[in-house]
Amino acid sequence: MVAIGTFEITNKLGIHARVAAKLVETANRFQAETFLEKDGVEVNGRSILGILTLYCPQGSRLTIRVEGVDAGEAMAAFAGLIEAKFGET
Amino acid sequence: MADDQKKTFVIKGIGVSPGIVIGRAYLFDRQDAQVPFYNLNDPGLISAEVQRFRKALRESEKQLLELKNKLGDLGGGMEPLYIIDVHIMIMRDRKFIDRTLKNIREMSVNAEWAVRMTVDKYREIFDRMEDDYLRGRISDIQYAGQRILTNLAGKGRAAIDMGEGVVIIASDLSPADTAQLKIDRVLGFATDVGGKTSHTAIVARSMAIPAVLGLESITRAVRTNDDIIIDGSAGVVIVHPDPEIRKRYEEKKRLYEKAQDDLLDCARLPAVTKDHYAVEIGGNIEFIEEIPSAILHGADGIGLYRTEFIYINREQLPDEEDHLAHYRSVVGVKGLSWATIRTFDLGGDKFFLDKKLSRELNPQLGLRAIRFCLKEVELFKVQLRAILRASVQGKLRIMFPMISGIEEIREAKRIFTEVKNELLAKGTELGKEIEIGIMIEVPSAVIVAEELAKEVDFFSIGTNDLIQYALAIDRINERVTYLYEPLHPAVLRLIKQVVDIGHKAGIRVAMCGEMAGEPAYTMILLGLELDELSMNPLAIPRVKKIIRGATLKESKALLKKVMTLSSTSEIRSFVGAAMRKRFPEDFPVNGP
Repeated sequence: MVAIGTFEITNKLGIHARVAAKLVETANRFQAETFLEKDGVEVNGRSILGILTLYCPQGSRLTIRVEGVDAGEAMAAFAGLIEAKFGET
Repeated sequence: MADDQKKTFVIKGIGVSPGIVIGRAYLFDRQDAQVPFYNLNDPGLISAEVQRFRKALRESEKQLLELKNKLGDLGGGMEPLYIIDVHIMIMRDRKFIDRTLKNIREMSVNAEWAVRMTVDKYREIFDRMEDDYLRGRISDIQYAGQRILTNLAGKGRAAIDMGEGVVIIASDLSPADTAQLKIDRVLGFATDVGGKTSHTAIVARSMAIPAVLGLESITRAVRTNDDIIIDGSAGVVIVHPDPEIRKRYEEKKRLYEKAQDDLLDCARLPAVTKDHYAVEIGGNIEFIEEIPSAILHGADGIGLYRTEFIYINREQLPDEEDHLAHYRSVVGVKGLSWATIRTFDLGGDKFFLDKKLSRELNPQLGLRAIRFCLKEVELFKVQLRAILRASVQGKLRIMFPMISGIEEIREAKRIFTEVKNELLAKGTELGKEIEIGIMIEVPSAVIVAEELAKEVDFFSIGTNDLIQYALAIDRINERVTYLYEPLHPAVLRLIKQVVDIGHKAGIRVAMCGEMAGEPAYTMILLGLELDELSMNPLAIPRVKKIIRGATLKESKALLKKVMTLSSTSEIRSFVGAAMRKRFPEDFPVNGP
């Protein structure tokens, strides 16, 4: 099963270390493999350094692709996290 | 032992925080250039290096998990915990590990070198990022790398781990660096750059830690674990002291501490001259943890609460409750009669994580302090609301920094009143006697002081900035620190003008710069008839001793003579001689 979603990063500081850590934690909670893509570059969702080097300041558009049995749930979790601005402003 | 044979040598710098410490050096280096690098000539060594790397990685991760558990048990804020998670995730990152292993295997370098290459590779990637804040996240990768390098270096290095109390040797320490240090385990500071008013100096004095700055090359001369003596009173650092010197300094340290004890005995006595002229003594603080020390050292009130640290070292701006928690600890404290809270004074040499406050070419003259607040009104209001809410607890003075003209104070007051009325409308209970004042630190404010005096309840002269702006000296540039001169006739005249105008207008005039805490200037300041001297708490006992030993009459006579002198050197030698003659015990002829 594959789920794909594209999101805009709206929190003020963008994807900094703490946010990247939250994304990795989320990816690690599921069996499915997560891939994050921005501007044609794709990284593994379990790699904090991969996510940080994607470079997503506020306003970036990020595509998340999840592959695996629990892909749907995983995508819902990512969507919720981004929707909530990672608990930031 | 080889250690005993190391040659003793002395480096002189600027003593910025008094006291003596005898201990071991810890070289604080964000990048750490002291890592051994070598090529593996024998391919058989590669697997050994891979094992060393994996072991260091495991140990680093284990230490961080332990640290996390320990901090978790303390139950403090969550901030440090998440950053530890970030560092653990970096160490577990497949890319990070694979890259490093590849360096060992394909480049045939030792594990240390391989780790450094990986970190450098990421630095290259981060350096290209436009966003200042995200670019700065390289520091987390550097930290993780550093931790692994420390473990690779083995027990010798790891043992220090700041555990037992060390002297921090660094090129320079930013507020972020000092916040990172376990400050209660630091016995002293010695740095290459910096002067009396730089951040490290202020932190050292407030924590009562001896410090010598402006040593120029201490980081090249000293290695971690070297025996070292710091004499913060004399501005001297002695590396590898031989037993005889060591003994002499142990005696000096004992005497110094005894003198401190003697001074503390009379610290709580009132600051009144022999002819019954009373001066109020304030304490300058930047952490609420310093309040007990301020009381112990004899402060009557808090004359300057710097609020910058509420903002520093966090990713998000502090909210009203964050502010309020601090102000509640400062206002209405038992044993202190008032608290003067200075609003946001960031910018300049202060450090801030928010990208909004990006670097300026000339930050001292840039968008900072009240200028910033009047531009970012919402941010300003958060602080004002919290200050107002704390006012119910006791006597509170609010002070606006860096006022340069009448519009700024009027605008600040307008916003203040607006916030106040909003709170009153909501039924919030506020204190009855909130006073509003301004820092006098921009020369233009001195020139228009008469008009400014009509707007406020008090002035507080910030001598550090006033001297810097009046004499055109960058106070963190040690090449011009020799020009930083509180006894410059221009400075004295500016101060006198402020006091005279303030008193004519019937308002209170305080001084809260470093100058207020220098006993050599105390009689001059008495002669100027300042209403309040606010200083680093540790300076209070010595200043009080001078006040209690002098008379207003003789101080005025001294000032009168000083005001007729036209050069700094004349004033300096005249005041020096007068103080030595009058207080021989406190100003020894061949003293520091």
